[in-house]
Amino acid sequence: MDQERIRNFSIIAHIDHGKSTLADRILELTNTVTGREMRAQVLDSMELERERGITIKAQAVRVTWKGHELNLIDTPGHVDFTYEVSRALQACEGAVLVVDAAQGVEAQTVANAYLAIENDLELLPLANKIDLPQADAEGAASELAGLVGDTPDHVLKVSAKTGAGVEAVLDAIVERIPPPSGDPDAPARALVFDSSYDQYRGVVAFVRVVDGRFHAREHILAMAQGTRFETEEVGFFSPTMKAADTLDAGEVGYIITGLKDVAKLRVGDTLTTQARPASEPLPGYKDVKPMVFAALFPTDSDEYPQLRDALERLRLNDASLSYEPETSQALGFGFRCGFLGLLHMEIVRERLEREFDLDLLVTAPTVAYSVTTPAGDVVEVHNPAEMPPERERVDEPYVRASIVVPKDGVGQVMELCTDRRGRFDHMEYPSPERVLLVYELPLAEIVFDFYDQLKSRTSGYAGFDYDFAGFREGELVRLDVLVGGEPVDALSLVLHRDEAYARGRALVDRLREEIPRQMFDVPVQAAIGSRVIARETIKAKRKDVLAKCYGGDITRKRKLLERQKAGKRRMKQVGAVEVPQEAFLAVLNLNDTKR
Amino acid sequence: MSGHVRHLYVHLPFCAHRCGYCDFVTVVGREGQHGRYVDALLAELELEHGLLAERLETVFLGGGTPTFTDGRELRRLLAALPSAAEVTVEANPETVTPALARLLRDAGVTRVSLGAQSFQPDLLRVLERRASPAVVRRAFYHLRDANFDNISLDLLHGIPGQSAAALAADIDEALALAPEHISYYELEAKQGTRFAHAHGAELVRQAEAMEGYFDLVVERLNAAGYRWYETANFCLAEADGRDLRAQHNLAYWLGRDYLGLGIGAVSTLGDQRRRNAPRLRAYLGSLAGREAPPREVEALDARTRAEERLMLGLRLDTGLPLSEARRSVDDDALGRVERLGLATLSADGNGRRTLVLTPRGRRLGGAVTVELLA
Repeated sequence: MDQERIRNFSIIAHIDHGKSTLADRILELTNTVTGREMRAQVLDSMELERERGITIKAQAVRVTWKGHELNLIDTPGHVDFTYEVSRALQACEGAVLVVDAAQGVEAQTVANAYLAIENDLELLPLANKIDLPQADAEGAASELAGLVGDTPDHVLKVSAKTGAGVEAVLDAIVERIPPPSGDPDAPARALVFDSSYDQYRGVVAFVRVVDGRFHAREHILAMAQGTRFETEEVGFFSPTMKAADTLDAGEVGYIITGLKDVAKLRVGDTLTTQARPASEPLPGYKDVKPMVFAALFPTDSDEYPQLRDALERLRLNDASLSYEPETSQALGFGFRCGFLGLLHMEIVRERLEREFDLDLLVTAPTVAYSVTTPAGDVVEVHNPAEMPPERERVDEPYVRASIVVPKDGVGQVMELCTDRRGRFDHMEYPSPERVLLVYELPLAEIVFDFYDQLKSRTSGYAGFDYDFAGFREGELVRLDVLVGGEPVDALSLVLHRDEAYARGRALVDRLREEIPRQMFDVPVQAAIGSRVIARETIKAKRKDVLAKCYGGDITRKRKLLERQKAGKRRMKQVGAVEVPQEAFLAVLNLNDTKR
Repeated sequence: MSGHVRHLYVHLPFCAHRCGYCDFVTVVGREGQHGRYVDALLAELELEHGLLAERLETVFLGGGTPTFTDGRELRRLLAALPSAAEVTVEANPETVTPALARLLRDAGVTRVSLGAQSFQPDLLRVLERRASPAVVRRAFYHLRDANFDNISLDLLHGIPGQSAAALAADIDEALALAPEHISYYELEAKQGTRFAHAHGAELVRQAEAMEGYFDLVVERLNAAGYRWYETANFCLAEADGRDLRAQHNLAYWLGRDYLGLGIGAVSTLGDQRRRNAPRLRAYLGSLAGREAPPREVEALDARTRAEERLMLGLRLDTGLPLSEARRSVDDDALGRVERLGLATLSADGNGRRTLVLTPRGRRLGGAVTVELLA
């Protein structure tokens, strides 16, 4: 296809503002799917995506409209996948920026708009859901215009639900989004903007061809990673996979690589042919590093092999998930996993529990700390228990958080951010009713219940998004929990010095409630290094006897003791102290809610 | 050929009414059936007679309220049972008249276990006991008047609403009667019972205060010259050479075999434990036809018996010869328990190692047993 007749675009939106519905209408209107094939939200294929209303994996669908080939590239909607979003946007020349006319501009809208602008895309602002009685199409249009620097009359007004105005969107895509401008005769280059794993066909790369042309049965080089493979098939989605002879400059489609490991082909890499390789890869590749870490232990230690297999299977489809075995004295064998962010962690955890039917204990999430030792070495620490005792300095990751809040909630949100060691950056007014607050916050403060707090302090009205802003030095300490004098590795935390006392106290109090009395006194302590900052004692039991036992009840009493013994065997051993699993769960839940 | 069993338990289920906290097999009313029931007991005895040794050491009539059984029938039963060195009958205070006391004495009963429970009127009401404190005391005097020289009092601590002062008062009242033996149980409110429903919340509220009650009982009775010979049982230590421990119950705690007759009665016979179904009609029907009553049988393997030896042996102040429970004891746990000062291991004159709980270990006997279980 002549590049002049190709348009590559994304739809970007805040969650629930109607992105998927709009995509569905476009597929319908362009006869890409017949009514019978149509199911709501065709593009969101995974069960979990459909339930949570978010899209985990980007996909691309080709439609035709008035003699033009339109490639709709679907993007994940959340900040954890910012890198994937930005790669997907790089595969486009334009983006439709959707805003719910009843809700207006939200934090994610802002973050996505900025991403699109950074990627130099032509933005088509669109006010959706104009059919709703509470919709304010004009208000949304003026907010959008303000955001993207356009005029309100340029804002498309649509009801994706009823289909009203969708034709005009397609026309606008053809008219306002520029065609691709690659060189069809240059050595072939394609950007991998996503990939997925198929059990039978291996890694499927989603690509945007920039220069040249790709065929099936061609030897390919992934330039950043150096991976080599032979294409088994090239093609596009419409909306199901359709094999094609070639993928040409400007086109979007898939390449079946035959690779058996998603890690071999990372998002952002550039593909070229081995026969006539390009001299330079496309710009912007980076190896995405996990930012949030937590250890996962099976509740039933016999399920460790199942957990390992499940993680292996998940990773096939999710190259950004990393994990390594971890052994905890108290919790047994598990894995320390690295996630792109909190949502990513939640999704992985839910998929493990739902799709693999595992019962998990998850430690408090922690971030990646950069620790400088007295010898001057810099080590990255993902596990509080591994924080070196001697430290010259510790740097922690910061994020730049955009928070959109109704104007009467500004005070509470600023207080929350200050509480969480936030540094005010600036404030904007996207509309008379709402304020955009930009703060720099330690990521560690976000991984606790920041989002819940934000919602509760603004009656659910605040929106929140963030981007990584680099590492900063922090006054951080490692807080250890000791039960009966033994440190409980899985409960160690890294936190700001000022919070250590309150948190140590809360942990110790909760453990005292949760650990049953033993046959001896059990001290429960929170300590920074060798300094104990909170202590409680679980007093020894004074009495534990079977009141009476005669000929008639020997069997019943014996069974009672056998049950108690079985219960003891299920407990986790910390030194001489038996700690029920529930105690760990309670403390780990406590870590989910900070205050 | 005679058998080896030297301990006989006979269950008499009849009661005037069922007390709220009771979880024994009892039958209220049915006065017309006492005769048939005694017939059935004797028929069952006839069937099982071959198990019994020529000379029995102990016979125990438990209930229910054995002394609520019609007097003539009770006399007929006692006359027909084999004699033994110790014959104990459980009695409720309100049933003990001078005539009953004489009846028991004349029928060869050597020991009476009197269910006093408490001497506080309000607590007796909570327990739904019919006897007043005065009736409890009078019953005791009647037994003494009939020349009983081995009387046990059953008492409870941990009664809903019982203060430490009320417990101390109960102990004083009991000591004032100078019984040879005292059983002092902690009240167990079984979940789901009417009693637990009515008093559960109060018991939870009092739980912490009541933790010390067991200690109070042990300390006061020890100070008054009673030997704490079993977790919940005490006997006068100085008794002119008489062993005032409950010999029948001691047989249970020492792991001896015993035969039980009557509804719900349990027998332990070597590697078998059986329990008669707790159904009066079926029991009477079977035995009217000279057939064994319906019952459950539980096989006891060596390990199970060893576990029971551990559980029961540790209840005694004389401890547990380890050889009897070898299979059930975890050696590591043994070391831990010793280090915690909860038990000591000593060798007797024959080199047999005996595990004895320390006073603190005995207060934690249940937990120690669980800890030791292999």
